[in-house]
Amino acid sequence: MIEILSYPFMQRALIAALLTGLIAPAIGTYVVQRRLSLLGDGLGHVALAGVGLALLTGAAPIPIAVVTCVAGAVVVEILRQRGKATGDVGLAILFYGGLAAGVFLSGISGVGAGGLAQYLFGSLTTVTPSDLRLIAILAIVILVTALGLAPQLYAASTDEEFARTQGLRVRLYHIAVVSLAAVTVALAMRTVGLLLVSALMVIPVAAARNLVRGFTAGLWCAIGIGVATAVGGAAASFWVDAAPGAFIVLLAIGVFILSWPISYLLRRRYAAAVLPEPVDDDELVSPHTVTENHPHRHAPGCGHPAVQHGDHTDFIHEGHRHAAHADHYDEH
Amino acid sequence: MLLDAHTTLAAHDVTVERGGLPVLRGVSLSVRAGEAVALMGGNGSGKSTLVRTLLGLLPHRRGAITLFGSPLRDFRDWSRIGYVPQRSLAPLGGSKVKEVVAAGRLARRRPFRPLSPADRDAIENSVALVGLSDRLNADIAGLSGGQQQRVLVARALAGEPDLLVLDEPTSGVDLEHQRVLAEVLAGLLAAGTGVLVVLHEVGPLASLIDRAVVLSDGRVVYDGPLGDLGQHHRGVSGHHHDHAPQGDDDHDRRKDTLLGGAIEP
Repeated sequence: MIEILSYPFMQRALIAALLTGLIAPAIGTYVVQRRLSLLGDGLGHVALAGVGLALLTGAAPIPIAVVTCVAGAVVVEILRQRGKATGDVGLAILFYGGLAAGVFLSGISGVGAGGLAQYLFGSLTTVTPSDLRLIAILAIVILVTALGLAPQLYAASTDEEFARTQGLRVRLYHIAVVSLAAVTVALAMRTVGLLLVSALMVIPVAAARNLVRGFTAGLWCAIGIGVATAVGGAAASFWVDAAPGAFIVLLAIGVFILSWPISYLLRRRYAAAVLPEPVDDDELVSPHTVTENHPHRHAPGCGHPAVQHGDHTDFIHEGHRHAAHADHYDEH
Repeated sequence: MLLDAHTTLAAHDVTVERGGLPVLRGVSLSVRAGEAVALMGGNGSGKSTLVRTLLGLLPHRRGAITLFGSPLRDFRDWSRIGYVPQRSLAPLGGSKVKEVVAAGRLARRRPFRPLSPADRDAIENSVALVGLSDRLNADIAGLSGGQQQRVLVARALAGEPDLLVLDEPTSGVDLEHQRVLAEVLAGLLAAGTGVLVVLHEVGPLASLIDRAVVLSDGRVVYDGPLGDLGQHHRGVSGHHHDHAPQGDDDHDRRKDTLLGGAIEP
């Protein structure tokens, strides 16, 4: 483990991976909340046009990709807000236009489409010191926004109409989220790669939702998973000499798969399911059946599955539902 | 239109079109401080559209809307408004009750500032008011329908509003929860908060309602005391819409349904 830190390019690669692991799930939380999980994938295509442009002009690819990608994201968001992106056709044209432009521009630059491969799946050895500086600065901007504006972004991405009645400028927040997602995608082309960065924006968020309760806890948990898988995957790719993006994403999917049984166990300990509302009809008097002589005291975690039933909790006991009532249990 | 310092919300001659068709036509309405106005009418009569237009969520084609004396376009004092939308929790699932309720403080908070002690108190108080203090850390998706509705009411109350706008807060909620809601609203009205509530049926809120406004086909067909509504309505084309076969619609078939069953056959 220590030996890989002795290579300067590896130090830069690991720091870049760490930053990607921080920002991708942080901004991804809001992207997923808005049900735009595949947005990052499309923006990766748009970023390729920026890479192609950089190859043609001989400029550094990351800054140009950032600008192209943000422009594409803002166009998509404005089209969506005006209701003109219906049917996803406009999005598809923009995204595939970006991919085609990237391949075309890299072709006429003499590098050829093969030169794009290192940007598609990440490439550790190519992170330059100036890349790293730009990644660090933009990562700070993204983190400060995603964490500092968390209450506003949460409200805007969960309940847009309510957020507007709180005087929030929801459209601006939406544009901020997609722009920062675009920056994240472009920055990640060295580490996870343009085609796989979207996975790092979505999978840690999905896994975190299985593991912890609440939006804020989910945000932090997703960032933790993102950092662990990004750094772990980047380090692993050094030994196996493969593209880091693949490792990072496979690790994240592994965490997601593990989160299922864990969430099942967690949820079984708390309330299992919600029964339908009790019928609110005065004419229907629910029968009051008292459980015969039941010495066991039900409590959360007593071993009997708990079920939310209207305003109280029932405990399932040998096929019956027991509800506490005064000093005895009722059959529900 | 009579406007004075006690008017929280006033709409004059509001017309709204959606997809080129008029859904609201020349609607005028006002709510005074401490007054409870029920907005009623059948499905598709424009109740929800009107409420969302009054809050600036939908554009209106004609007419004037003022909130606390300011034209809607210039209104910035959003902490004075509490909005309880129709219950649909798909997007809120995965949030804790206190996170949902905290969103109700946003009009009073500045960006990049953590919750102040006053914010925390307001969140806890409004959750306590709807009787859910023991569920602050529960996932909202795990609550019953009535409890979820109360969380949305708590969210609107967290901002300590002077006007509360509720869109069908009693639909699909049992009588016990409706009674809790009635108690909460009674306290707010006594403190001078204006209340505009969309109702499909009056239910336990009847004693609180000062005035009913009935919409039909996008027009106001009645504006007056709740008590006179039954008689008035018999002669007017009020609550008419095609009923789906039994069990196919969302109507409660209870005897105390809106309009006393006088109109609905």
